[in-house]
Amino acid sequence: MAAGPDHGSGPGDSPEGPEAEAPERRRKAHGMLKLYYGLSEGEAAGRPAGPDPLDPTDLNGAHFDPEVYLDKLRRECPLAQLMDSETDMVRQIRALDSDMQTLVYENYNKFISATDTIRKMKNDFRKMEDEMDRLATNMAVITDFSARISATLQDRHERITKLAGVHALLRKLQFLFELPSRLTKCVELGAYGQAVRYQGRAQAVLQQYQHLPSFRAIQDDCQVITARLVQQLRQRFREGGSGAPEQAECVELLLALGEPAEELCEEFLAHARGRLEEELRSLEAELGPSPPAPDVLEFTDHGGSGFVGGLCQVAAAYQELFAAQGPAGAEKLAAFARELGGRYFALVERRLAQEQGGGDNSLLVRALDRFHRRLRAPGALLAAAGLAEAATEIVERVARERLGHHLQGLRAAFLGCLTDVRQALAAPRLAGKEGPGLAELLANVASSILSHIKASLAAVHLFTAKEVSFSNKPYFRGEFCSQGVREGLIVGFIRSMCQTAQSFCDSPGEKGGATPPALLLLLSRLCLDYETATISYILTLTDEQFLVQDQSPVTPVSTLCAEARETARRLLTHYVKVQGLVISQMLRKSVETRDWLSTLEPRNVRAVMKRVVEDTTAIDVQVGLLYEEGVRKAQSSDSSKRTFSVYSSSRQQGRYAPSYTPSAPMDTNLLSNIQKLFSERIDVFSPVEFNKVSVLTGIIKISLKTLLECVRLRTFGRFGLQQVQVDCHFLQLYLWRFVADEELVHLLLDEVVASAALRCPDPVPMEPSVVEVICERG
Amino acid sequence: MEDDAPVIYGLSSRWARALTPQTAETDAIRFLVGTQSLKYDNQIHIIDFDDENNIINKNVLLHQVGEIWHISTSPADKGVLATCYNRSKCSFPRYLATRGSSDSRVLTCAAVWRMPKELESGSHESPDDSSSTAQTLELLCHLDNTAHGNMLVVGEPWGDGKKVICWPNNHILLWNLQESFQPGKGQLRFTSGRWSPHHNCTQVATASDTTLRGWDTRSMSQVYCIENAHGQLVRDLDFNPNKQYYLASCGDDCKVKFWDTRNVTEPVKTLEEHSHWVWNVRYNHSHDQLVLTGSSDSRVILSNMVSISSEPFGHLVDDDDVSDQEDHQPEEKSKEPLQDNVIATYEEHEDSVYAVEWSSADPWLFASLSYDGRLVINRVPRALKYHILL
Repeated sequence: MAAGPDHGSGPGDSPEGPEAEAPERRRKAHGMLKLYYGLSEGEAAGRPAGPDPLDPTDLNGAHFDPEVYLDKLRRECPLAQLMDSETDMVRQIRALDSDMQTLVYENYNKFISATDTIRKMKNDFRKMEDEMDRLATNMAVITDFSARISATLQDRHERITKLAGVHALLRKLQFLFELPSRLTKCVELGAYGQAVRYQGRAQAVLQQYQHLPSFRAIQDDCQVITARLVQQLRQRFREGGSGAPEQAECVELLLALGEPAEELCEEFLAHARGRLEEELRSLEAELGPSPPAPDVLEFTDHGGSGFVGGLCQVAAAYQELFAAQGPAGAEKLAAFARELGGRYFALVERRLAQEQGGGDNSLLVRALDRFHRRLRAPGALLAAAGLAEAATEIVERVARERLGHHLQGLRAAFLGCLTDVRQALAAPRLAGKEGPGLAELLANVASSILSHIKASLAAVHLFTAKEVSFSNKPYFRGEFCSQGVREGLIVGFIRSMCQTAQSFCDSPGEKGGATPPALLLLLSRLCLDYETATISYILTLTDEQFLVQDQSPVTPVSTLCAEARETARRLLTHYVKVQGLVISQMLRKSVETRDWLSTLEPRNVRAVMKRVVEDTTAIDVQVGLLYEEGVRKAQSSDSSKRTFSVYSSSRQQGRYAPSYTPSAPMDTNLLSNIQKLFSERIDVFSPVEFNKVSVLTGIIKISLKTLLECVRLRTFGRFGLQQVQVDCHFLQLYLWRFVADEELVHLLLDEVVASAALRCPDPVPMEPSVVEVICERG
Repeated sequence: MEDDAPVIYGLSSRWARALTPQTAETDAIRFLVGTQSLKYDNQIHIIDFDDENNIINKNVLLHQVGEIWHISTSPADKGVLATCYNRSKCSFPRYLATRGSSDSRVLTCAAVWRMPKELESGSHESPDDSSSTAQTLELLCHLDNTAHGNMLVVGEPWGDGKKVICWPNNHILLWNLQESFQPGKGQLRFTSGRWSPHHNCTQVATASDTTLRGWDTRSMSQVYCIENAHGQLVRDLDFNPNKQYYLASCGDDCKVKFWDTRNVTEPVKTLEEHSHWVWNVRYNHSHDQLVLTGSSDSRVILSNMVSISSEPFGHLVDDDDVSDQEDHQPEEKSKEPLQDNVIATYEEHEDSVYAVEWSSADPWLFASLSYDGRLVINRVPRALKYHILL
């Protein structure tokens, strides 16, 4: 290789390779360093993994063999390429040389400065060694001196220690000797705590050395003073006026003086009782009948701060003082709390009972909340006394009573509505002017009841408000919502409403007549409205407001709806009966009181028939206000005309014609029987449907059947028969439009005329045309 | 077991309201029916029912004096019967047709009759044509009423006063109660009345408008009064044959009510099965839990009023001193649940039923009569009959 001769050339004169070559070279240098440190060449980054690392012809490879490489070059390459590679090689060698030189220059200075530093350190260490040697000798001297001094002082030290011990003992003795006077002083000053502490400190020593006469005397003195102290403490304790904390202090001191705990605890409780009873008395005084009782919130506040607070203090002090008493002591306290708590509850209940009538729920709930909240502290303190449970019970009871009260209120409101309606119904007749319409009354009643229900729900809802302390009790989360509010209040009210309404149907005879028919109608519509919408609305509202978590069975909406529907149906049926009865009575009187044999030839429709039509029209209007029209059998609008002709000419003729000839009585009978065969049986008092036509049909059926029965009981003269004929035709003209199936009216009226003809010894019917004229004139 | 089909008998184009069993007859089943017609001669049909062969035999008696509103038979003498009838003066249509009817008037009369001897015992003649066998009645006496206007014999409606006939000892006693009832100045319009079968027949109960009243015939004084017994007119009443203080009433309010006359404020029981006026109520003579009602809704209903009957369900108790045992009954009753129910509704009629009667001979058989002259004879369902007997 021709690179050799250029080896010496410096980096300065080596021409710089092309820019692209620089990183390549650096990488190469790195690769070598890595090789040196045993890192695998192949892992050098960015290097194309092309040539085999074992390839001896690889210039940069570890196994590079110059001979092989040269051979290969000479063998494979043409001259030009050889020349090129030679140039290339030379350039590379130069570059490498310059690199190497740079590195050497850079590191050389560092070596030199390092050598200097090491040399300097060598000098410093030599100096330090000398100083250390000097220090060691000095220390030895010091030790020697110190040993000598301690040896000299040994004797004195022991004496001083002894003297100090004597001094301490003497001080103790002095304390003991001074003790009686100190105690006396303390007692005089009232520093009982200090006195008890002194006594406590001296007690053991005195006890130990009591065989020595001098100590004996001191002990006796001390005992006398202590006895006095105890007496004074007791005195203070008994006087008791100074509140619970001081008493507790007294008891604590007495205990420290070794007084019997049993007796103290009795006494303590007795005192506490006295105080708490005082509180109770003041509460009772507030309850007193004559002065206006403060509102319930104030009352529970008083009770809470006075009694319950006191009880808390007593309990806390007791438990602190008499913790050593064990379960027996706790039991005593629990019994104490139970008894007084019971009396307190009795008072609270009396107060709450006074509140039952009142309307303000929020105040009551707040009072209950306070009451319940205050009792939680002693409840936690005295779990055994069951105060919290008892309080919860009271709250529950009050809530239940409240529900009952609201139910009563709702009922009263409903009855009040009914009274209003009665008055409104009666008023127009008195005043002679137009009263509010039925529909309006109905809307009023419905909305007023609904608002009452909502108000009650809102009032009751206060019991379950989140911020109220007892709302998370299981009763208020479950039973109160489902059984109390939903079942007891809402369902109970709807049921009682239905019952009240039904009771109007049950009242017999004249008493039933006292109920205005319009009220029956209105109630019926109200119940029907409840069935269709209101019940489900109210119950949904309730369920939403009171998220019922209880699983106990509740009355389903459908049952209530069925009840309401049944009530509505009964009311409407009763309405039909009552109205039917009114018209029946009119018809019956008119038939019974008339002398049909000696009546004159009919000139007019009788006034009573006009009255019947008028009343029926009035009823029609009344029912129309509240109920829908309903379906009637399709028949042409001018059917009155058509049926009239059928009824008066062909049918009537067919009926009466044979009766002129006595020889053929069969025909009449046969005809009527055949006719009956084809007509359906008429159920007179049949249940009605909820529409106007059905109601009117019912009323007209009842009236006409009555007319028929009455006619059958009388005997008619010829003109009597004709009068009946005229009357029936008149009814026929006006009544058909009210009923579902006008055929029914025809049938019944035919029957009436036929019966009248039977009851007439001289049946000469009037000419249909004359009948018509009379009716049209009337 | 199947029940026998009802037997239906038509009065051949006569209207009728009056029906009675032949009370003195205890062997044969026999009913008397009076027709009501203004134009033709009225008749009394004697209906014999042959239970074994299910055949009806009839005999016809003429009753020419007028239409019959009510009929009753003597409980002692088979041949004696009383009718209550209207005699209309305008019974001559042609005459009136020419003269006008200005002076026509209807008179209500009552009379006691004796039927021909051969019919008394119900000799089973072959039923021929009715007109040929029609026989006449022998008039025993008129119950004169000219002084008192209209008259009422044992429950005939439309009377201002009342006369009651009873047959205690085979001879007729006529009680004229008119004077005793005067205080109302004729305002008391009795619609119905019945003799109490108890107390040696000294009590009568009457119905007027909505009120029921009990009378003691010895002192002619009111014993009890049930005001507003029904919402509307009281149509009929009947005494429980076995329990002396119990009676049933029915009226225009479609209800049948059972009363204890010792406590008249509340009915013991109320039935509301009919859909129109109830015209008739009858206790079965021997099994008083069976109550029959007829109504102008054309239905006859047989009810089983076990809870207020003298017989505990399934037991027969002596008819005597039943009322004393009332207190003990609840224990016995508790064994079997009692249910008052409707046994059957009979719908054979097509017109208003104005009369229902139990047979005096067979306690399981009854007849009902509707206005169109149809007489239906029915039996108590056999299952029930055996249940009561066994």
